[in-house]
Formats: sequence, C-alpha cells, structure tokens
Amino acid sequence: MAFLQGTTKSQSGAKGDSLKKRSLTPYLLIAPGLIWLITFFVIPIFSLGSTSTMVRPQGAQIGTYVQELRFANYVDAFLANQEQYVRSFLYAGIATILALAISYPLAYMIAFRAGKYRNILLVLVVAPFFTSFLLRTVAWSQILGDEGPVLSTLRFLPFIDESLRLTATPFAVVSGLTYNFLPFMTLPLYASLERIDPRTLEASGDLYANGFITFRKVTVPLSMPGVVAGTLLTFIPAAGDYVNAALLGNPSTKMIGNVIESRFFAVVDYPTAAALSFTLMATILILVTLYIRKSGTDELV
Amino acid sequence: MSTQVIPKPSLSHRSSRWFSRNLIRIYAALAFIYLFIPVAYTFAFSFNDSGKSNLVWQGFTLDNWKNPCGAPQVCQSVANSLQIGFISTLVATVLGTMIAFAISRHDFKGRRTTNLLIFLPMATPEVVLGASLLAMFLNLRVNPGFWTIVIAHVMFCISFVVVTVKARVASLDPRLEQVAMDLYANERDTFRYVTLPLVMPGIAGAALLAFSLSFDDFIITNFNSGIESTFPKFVYVSAARGIPAQANVIGSAMFFIALIIVIVGQVVSRQRKK
Repeated sequence: MAFLQGTTKSQSGAKGDSLKKRSLTPYLLIAPGLIWLITFFVIPIFSLGSTSTMVRPQGAQIGTYVQELRFANYVDAFLANQEQYVRSFLYAGIATILALAISYPLAYMIAFRAGKYRNILLVLVVAPFFTSFLLRTVAWSQILGDEGPVLSTLRFLPFIDESLRLTATPFAVVSGLTYNFLPFMTLPLYASLERIDPRTLEASGDLYANGFITFRKVTVPLSMPGVVAGTLLTFIPAAGDYVNAALLGNPSTKMIGNVIESRFFAVVDYPTAAALSFTLMATILILVTLYIRKSGTDELV
Repeated sequence: MSTQVIPKPSLSHRSSRWFSRNLIRIYAALAFIYLFIPVAYTFAFSFNDSGKSNLVWQGFTLDNWKNPCGAPQVCQSVANSLQIGFISTLVATVLGTMIAFAISRHDFKGRRTTNLLIFLPMATPEVVLGASLLAMFLNLRVNPGFWTIVIAHVMFCISFVVVTVKARVASLDPRLEQVAMDLYANERDTFRYVTLPLVMPGIAGAALLAFSLSFDDFIITNFNSGIESTFPKFVYVSAARGIPAQANVIGSAMFFIALIIVIVGQVVSRQRKK
C-alpha cells in the first residue's frame, strides 16, 4: 500500500510544511501510469512524426519505407485531401453547435426543474451509451435508410419526391455526429449548471431582471466552463470520426478520418496517413488552445 | 395539444401558459425520445425473425435471444471484447487511481507536466491515437493483435480513471481523516478504514467507465487489432451486408445489464447516506 505514506501526512500536518515535504511517494505512485502513457502515447506520436517524412524507395515492396525527412509529404498530403480536411472541421463544427442547442435546455431542465428525478434523468442521458456506439449508428442508417420507417412514411405525403434519400447525405453524417457525441455535451453542461447557487438567480430577480435577462446575464456566464468543456468534448472526437461518414455518408461526404483509415489499410501509404494524422492533431491542438484562451477557462488543464 | 384553437379565451390562455411553463420539459422529453430511438430500434429488431439480413421486419421471434451465438463469429468477438475489457479496466483502474492520489494529495515537482500528460490523450482525436500507436508498432515490426488492443485501451482509459477518481478525492472532507488520526489510527489504518472506503464509489465508477469505453471502442481498436475481432469491429465489418439480429441481442443485453448496475449502484449509495 504505497498510497498511505503520504496520503494522510499531507492532511495531518499544517498544510504548508507537509505539502512542501518532497517524499518519494508521489513519484512511485505516478511512475507506472506515466511510463505507460509515455511509452504508448508520447513515443507513438514521435513515431507518427517520423513515419510522416518517410519515402518508399524505388522498386521496394508495398509497405516498406525509409526515412528521408521528406517534409514535402505534408504539402502533398494536404493538397490532395484539402476537401476532406475542411469538411471534417465543418461537419464537426455544425454538429457541435447542434449538440449545444439540444443539450443546453436538457441540462438546464435536469439541473433546475427535475426535482427528485434528477439522478434518474442523468442515468437516462448516459443510458443510450450502453448500447454499442456502432450498433446505434447502424440503427440510424437503417431508420433513415431507403427501406426504413421514416422514408416509407414520408413517401405517403403528396409533396415528397420519390427519389428523396436521407442516408448517404451530409445531413445524415452531421446528424449521426450530433447524436453520438450528445452526452459529452450534456454532462459537462449539467455539471456546471448544477453548481450555480439558485440564490444568485433570485438575487438577479430581486434586482428587477426578468427571466430572460437573468438567463443571459447570470446563468449563461456561470455555465461557461461547462459550455467550453462540452464543445471541446464534442468537437474533438467529431472532427476525427470516420464511423458516421462511413456508415451514414457517401464517397462525397468523406472526412479526414476516412482518408487516414484508407491510406493505412487500403492503400498502405503510411507516410501520407501519418502526415494527415499529424496535421489533424496539430490543427486541433491550436484550435483548442486558442479557444480555451479566448473563453478564459484554464480549469480544464 | 395547446395549438388547437379553443373558443373559450380563458382556457386557451391557461393552456398556453401551461405550455410556456412546461416548454422546457416538453423539449427535454423530445430530446430523450431522440436519444432513445436507436436503442429502441436495436431492441425491437433483436426480435426480428430475420434470417440473414436484419434490414426489414419479418416477424416476431424469441430465437435470437434463446441462441445469441447463432450467427457466426458474434460470440467469439464478444468474448474477445469482454476479455480485453476486463484486463484493460483492471490495469487502467489501478494505474489511474495511483496517479489520482498522487496528484490530489501531494505537491511534487512535475505535477503540472503530469496533469498535462493526463489531459492530452483526451484532447487527441481517436484516429490520431490509433494511427500513432500503429505507426510505432509497424516501425518496431510488432504484429498487432490481442495484446496491442489491451495496450491501447489501457492507454486511453488511464486519463478517464484519473479524472473520475480525482474528483471523488477532491470532494472528501479532510476532517474525516484527521478525526481518524486523532483517534490514534495510524496512517495505514486511516487509509484502509477511512480514505479508501470513502473513495471507493469513485474508483468503482471509474472502473465502470473504463470498461464501457474499452468495450465500445472502435477507432483505436480498428487500427491496432490486426486480424483480432472485437464486438464493435464485428458490427462495422458486417454492417455492409447486414448485421445479424444476434448482434442486436448482445447490444440490448449490454444495455440492460449496464442499466441495472448503475441503478443498483445509485440505490446502494443512497441507502448508505441514510
């Protein structure tokens, strides 16, 4: 039991001196986990960077690459896949905004209007997650599919075109992304809304603010940490996702994840795949940093 | 309902007031319906007498539930996913809990770096995590398979365990431990009989989260699995030619099992509070 040595020490003594005491315990505690993360997260990122500048020698077998520090790989990869690249961020952005629009009232209702049903409703938000992510996406593709219940009902309506399709459209991909990452938005929103002291809302009312102004000037600013966390938790996985585009889209709705996957497995072009992954990660890190700076919440890190 | 034009003005007034007061509840109800449509669909089609492709409703049957292993490879892939899930959860929960205690109970050099290293995997898209790990395995000429999946799952689960356990430790009242020490419990006993039981719900929650992340993961797994099959991979591969109804049985069963675990957990923790 390595925990104890310092666990209680820092509690028992006066806070200042016990915290400053540099024991070995924290290092022993973090070592195994950090070694795991360094070996299987940090080093692979470098491995990815190294693969991204490799070149296939003339006449070599498929899948054989040597290091030639060819940074032009990045330019080639980006130019060839600009469209999918932009589309990933566009779809992820729209899905994030939609998820925010759906989740905010939902989280608000659970935090302020649910009373004793709060916990049950929270479980219900997470519950769909217990059915596999893939199964739910496949279910959407069948529900919206050409033989699915939605289209066969719509076709009875006089003004619906026979050739109307819902799957294999950008609409289906964006709805899939919105749906799949919804709980990532709802839970942080709920967490920050729930922390709001109801008395601050009463105080606003006492100062003659009406419901709308109270919401805009008190509730929304106080829930900003949740908005930031929720949008990040939705946007990041959505931008890198390829399952929704593969199951609900068509070739012209491909996202950057689809390209990376097919470069790795179908085309066996590791350097391009690595360069694209690296660009994706760098772009997201830059966006995330800018976003956190702008919204002024450092609580996340 | 309230959109109907009702001749009596007072009644319409009242109903529109009811509507605006409950607008947010109606909205939330619609959101919940939206959330549960695919779950309900998956459950309903687990009873479909479908034969091979489970696309169109053919008639009601219990056969799929009686024989969930009826379709080829379904049960093998589920067994793999369960094994991978258990091993990864165990390792990630132990490693993550240790880090969580270190971060929340100690001030040490490198704490900020540790925090950053915990945060980064959660801020990296899965496709990058999967691709980079595969790039490393390829460069080292390691053949991906069962153990590379476990390695990958432990890697992305650790951060979530740390965050969950850390939140629980932070919410503890430090006076409880001080009381134990005042009553002459030594550090070991204080930890064992006071701290650990209090943090336990957090650790249990973290383990559940890790297991569900591992069991449900597709993208990272797909990159690092080689020819090894997992349940999500099975669904993805067979999606093109139609998923057997048995997969719906597995998905629905997982849903109910997890729901029961969560509800029992909530009831138990509520009774403890009393």
